[in-house]
Amino acid sequence: MRFSEIKNHLGRFRVGIAGAGGLGSNCAVALARSGIGTLVIADHDIIEERNLNRQYFFSDQVGMMKTTALKENLNRINTDTSVLIHQKKLDKSNITEIFSGCDIIVEAFDSAEMKEMLIETVQTRMPGIPLVVASGLAGWGKNDTIRCRKIDDTLYICGDESSDVTDDLPPMAPRVGIVANMQANVVVEILMEKKK
Amino acid sequence: MKILLNNREEEFPQETISVSEMIRVKKFSFRMRIIKINNVLISKEKYDSTIIHNGDNVQMLYLMSGG
Repeated sequence: MRFSEIKNHLGRFRVGIAGAGGLGSNCAVALARSGIGTLVIADHDIIEERNLNRQYFFSDQVGMMKTTALKENLNRINTDTSVLIHQKKLDKSNITEIFSGCDIIVEAFDSAEMKEMLIETVQTRMPGIPLVVASGLAGWGKNDTIRCRKIDDTLYICGDESSDVTDDLPPMAPRVGIVANMQANVVVEILMEKKK
Repeated sequence: MKILLNNREEEFPQETISVSEMIRVKKFSFRMRIIKINNVLISKEKYDSTIIHNGDNVQMLYLMSGG
């Protein structure tokens, strides 16, 4: 299939991204470049200097809301992708509303507790909507430990499932980028199989 | 009983086992995890009361911080 046809197909879909940090910003860039029609992005944070080691922002954007800056960057990449942003902290009470109408959702938080909350909420209250989770991306190297597993038709997990972020094992651009792009790759794979 | 645990066959001497017991017996470390039985998510408040039966498909994944 030609890329023009792929883009045309992917342009019909709406993808939710929960978090606009290392995973969310890089995943969104890959999805916008692939031609996804609409991205719905939720985050409540401001860009800090220390985020620039892995997140898809620029030094002159420090201090901006991540959602606003990411929308700006995505619009500079592909004007055909609509970007809807929500400056909100996601919780059990607003997830279903914010991501209603999405064909698939990407989990892009950093804390394990938030990951758990999102998985429980989407899997119990948005049945049938595929969720692509990231778990295990701290540090550097160890390419061969990073993988992607399909749990079932609605749950996919990318990462090494073992490395936790600590002071001595920070998240860094290469591994975070690999996992974020793996998540985008799963999204594209699922949507290419889907008719709309 | 025999179950599928992360796509591998596992045998337990018991006829049934609760999710909490399975975690103990298998010596799974205390970490954040998601468990699905036959594609249904089991919330952690229900680990004690949810019983795993012969033939069940149990999927477990670990949640690590970082993003």
